[in-house]
Parts: sequence; structure tokens; C-alpha cells
Amino acid sequence: MEPDQYEYILDHYKNPRNYGKIEGADASYEEGIPSCGDVVRIDVKLNDRVIEDLKYSGTGCAISQASVSILTESVMGKSVGEILSMKDEDMLSALGKPISPVRFKCALLGVKVLKKALLAKSAA
Amino acid sequence: MERAAQNKTAFDPLKLREDFPILRRKVHGKPLVYLDNAATTQKPNAVIDALRNYYETHNANIHRGVHTLSYESTLLYEEAHEKVARFIGAPDWRSVVFTRNATESINLVAYAWAFGNLKKDDEVLITLMEHHSNIVPWQMLRDRIGIRLNYVRVGRGGELDLEGLQGLITERTKLVSVVHASNVLGTINPVKRITDAAHKAGALVLVDAAQSVPHLPVDVTDIGCDFLAASGHKMMGPTGTGFLYGKAELLESMEPFLYGGDMIEKVTMERSTWNELPWKFEAGTPDIGGAIALGAAVDYLTALGPENAAAYEGELLDHALDRLSGHEWIKIYGHGGGERLGVISFNVEGVHPHDVAGVLDEEGIAVRSGHHCAQPLMAALGMDYAVRMSFYVYNTKEEIDLAVEAIKKAKRLFG
Ligand SMILES: Cc1ncc(COP(=O)(O)O)c(C=O)c1O
Repeated sequence: MEPDQYEYILDHYKNPRNYGKIEGADASYEEGIPSCGDVVRIDVKLNDRVIEDLKYSGTGCAISQASVSILTESVMGKSVGEILSMKDEDMLSALGKPISPVRFKCALLGVKVLKKALLAKSAA
Repeated sequence: MERAAQNKTAFDPLKLREDFPILRRKVHGKPLVYLDNAATTQKPNAVIDALRNYYETHNANIHRGVHTLSYESTLLYEEAHEKVARFIGAPDWRSVVFTRNATESINLVAYAWAFGNLKKDDEVLITLMEHHSNIVPWQMLRDRIGIRLNYVRVGRGGELDLEGLQGLITERTKLVSVVHASNVLGTINPVKRITDAAHKAGALVLVDAAQSVPHLPVDVTDIGCDFLAASGHKMMGPTGTGFLYGKAELLESMEPFLYGGDMIEKVTMERSTWNELPWKFEAGTPDIGGAIALGAAVDYLTALGPENAAAYEGELLDHALDRLSGHEWIKIYGHGGGERLGVISFNVEGVHPHDVAGVLDEEGIAVRSGHHCAQPLMAALGMDYAVRMSFYVYNTKEEIDLAVEAIKKAKRLFG
């Protein structure tokens, strides 16, 4: 793997986008991977089932944290339905570098948390 | 382990590598460098062949029927117990019970001995250095029958607080359960001394030897412990194999662990009586092929010589510590001196351990990252997560150099 392939991931890891929390969010969810310590929390503000604003916070490895940062940039303005129908490959192909299957769990933590936040909201 | 006295390796590691077919494979196009031996070890041809040979020529259930295959299987299965017993210095092969792994061995003691013999406010003393498998069963007993669970502390250098241990052994202490060698720090604990101290106070001793039996000479008679637990898969045997040694009179006095076939002498509608040792503790059809292959692993380790293995792994450890210690951005945990196994837990400043392990994986190098099933120890040493390299006899100094280069790469990329 060439170093520059990590550039996009590293950029998001070191300069996270949409990092923080939303007071009075419409949906929030937090989940971690206990065996490796990655944790992601996502707060979402919805407007008529469309994502109006979204912030994340968390700690963990570069793959888990950069993936969620990358995710936040691509989901603004999307509908709940669009997010829930997102496929794992959509996330993996957005990382700018092939990710080894051993890291899929890290790379997919963010989407999983976002989906769970939205599902919890729909169920409520 | 007289490392200093031994100035030449008693075997040729390159030659020995040829016995391990997996070491020929590539990972991400690079030769596999397997440095996750504390998790499980690779298997030599002798073990793989024993498994294959068992299924190809002897396969039958044991202790049942008079047909030839069953007779052969039974003999081979019993012989595997004898091999393990000899390897750990047990006076009687009947005091070696086969289990699935060290975890099951410890649970056997918790359920079959502690449940019946401990009562409210009795104390079990463990250490902060334990693997979860030697913590959680005692927490279960604390919650169910009200025993107390105490922990011996660990110093920053990775040493057990032996003075503290003395103070924690009281007349209420009924069991001291201690890890022989730490899977995180490599610390080798003075289990013979600990056993003496515990016995003086009338407590029994369980030694978690999951990491020591594969790498050091271990003699239960010399240690004097009452129980000793280990995993076959960490000593070149197949997964699904492990064992518990117990003093014969203790095992005799205990109630069974699991109930059913094979562990009984006689069953009527009303009651049953128990089979003789070790079968009383081996209910149901065991992993016969696995056990026989574990016997082959023990043969392999015996031929190698545990002293020789320990001496060579000591060389690998010294080499790795030397290569890692020149970098102020690498933090090594608990190598404060004293005897250590070839296990190093460390962190790279500014890089998550997962990312370090990820970069190493891309180079074909297998290391573990995470909490290593020892969260209380990790918390005590101020590292929630770490990268761990652990060596075995088939590793080489060149492989360690490759790992160190990959660690530098991880630092360059992510640091
Ligand atoms: C010190 C120690 N004890 C117990 C165990 C548990 O072994 P197993 O998972 O084979 O039951 C391990 C394995 O990681 C270990 O390192």
C-alpha cells in the first residue's frame, strides 16, 4: 500500500469534519467496538425526514474516525430512506483506498451508528 | 531458564520453520510474519499429520465397544494424557483432565471445587495480571455465593507486588489463583513461592499456565500447586484442546463438572456413581483426534526441549527490546526487569494501536491490538489498548526487524 493512498483518510482523521454534538438533536446514537475501543456518537437534526445537520464525536483508530467524518460530508440533505438503504460498499468505496477486510468493522462503524440513530427515531 | 549460560541456540530456527507449513504462505503478497503466538500458535506437520492419521486410520469412539478401532482410539487417547502428564511433571496421568481450553479448565475448578467447598465470606485471591478467564469465574462465584475476591497489585515495571500478596493471604483465603506468565507483559511470576505462602495459610493454589507451559519448563510437582490450567492450542496443539492438572486426592474428593455419558460408573433410575479419574471430569465424547494431536505437539516440544525454547525466545525478546527501545515514541509496558516471556505490549505515540496493527497486517505481519482480555491490568498500567508482539520458537530476528520497520512506517503515516 502506498503512503499517499492514506492521504484522504489521514486528512479526515486529523481534521475531522462535522465534529461535535448537537443540543436538542432529533436523533442520537452511540456505539463502540469493545474489543478495540473505537467509539462513535452521532447527533442528527432532521427536517421532514431529511438530514438537516449532523455532528459526530468519538475516539478510536484512524479508519473508524475518518470513515465517519467522510460519511458526515456525504449525508447532509439526504433522506432517512436513502441513508437506511446505503450499502456497506457505498461506505467502503468512499474512503479513497482499498481497505483490508480485517478493518471493515472499523470503517463501517459510522454508518451503523447513523442507521441505528435514524431507526431509533423512526421507532419512537 | 539459564539464558546467559546458553550462548548458542540448540536448534536451527530456519530448519525448524520447515516443520510449519503455514509459515510458507503469503499475506497481502508478503511472507507471513506471525507474531501473535500468545493468542494461539501455529502447528507443525507432526500435529497436522497426527490429526489426519487419526481420522484416516483409527477414528472410533473411546471407552465403548470391543471393536479394534475403538480399542486403538482409547489407547491413543489415554496415551495423550500420559504425554501431557509427563511434560508437566505430574506424578499420575490420571490427574490430567482434558478440556477444551484453559478457560474451561479454570471453570472446572470454579464449578466442581469452589462451588461445593467455599461459602460466604471465604476469600479467593487473584492478581491484577490475570486474563479475563481467571477473573470472571470468580466474580460469578462472588455474585452467587458471596465469596470475596481480592486482587494482588502490579507495579509499573510489570512485577507482582509480592509483599502485598503476603498481606492479602489470611485465614479466610481458600484459594490463590494466579497467572504463571502474563499474556500482556510477559512477566513470569514466582508461582512456587506463592504456592508455599498460600499453603502455609491453608489455601489451595490454581496456576494459570496458559502462557508458561508452551514456553518454559513447567513442573507441577516442583511448583507444588493444587491445580494447573493450560491450553493445547497455545502449545502447537489443535484448537479445542486444553487440560487441567489437579492433585489426584483433590480431584477424587470433588463433585463432577459436567454430567452425562462417559463420566459415570453406573446409572440407575435413581442415581449414578462416578467413573474413575480423569474420566469423571470428561463427560461426553471428547475431542479425541485433537487430544491425540496434542500428544504429538507435546512430543514435538519435548524433542525441542523446553529449556532450549525458553533460551531462544529469550534471545528474540532481547533483540526486540533492543530494537524498540531506541525510539522515544514507542512506549513499552511493564518490562521493568526480571524474567520475561517473549511478549511485548507497546504503543506508538499518536497512533491508535489498531492502526499500527493494520499497517503491520498490510506488510504480512500478524500482531494483536486491543485489550488482550486483561482489562483490569491494562487499566492499572494506564493503557486501555495496546499492540502486542509475542514470539515462538519459529520466529527469527529478521522477522522482528521487519516488524520494527513496519512500526516505523505506521508512525510515519499516522503519527
Ligand atoms: C494467561 C492466559 N490465561 C488464559 C487464557 C485463556 O485461554 P483459552 O482462550 O485457550 O481458554 C489465555 C489466552 O489468551 C491466557 O493468555
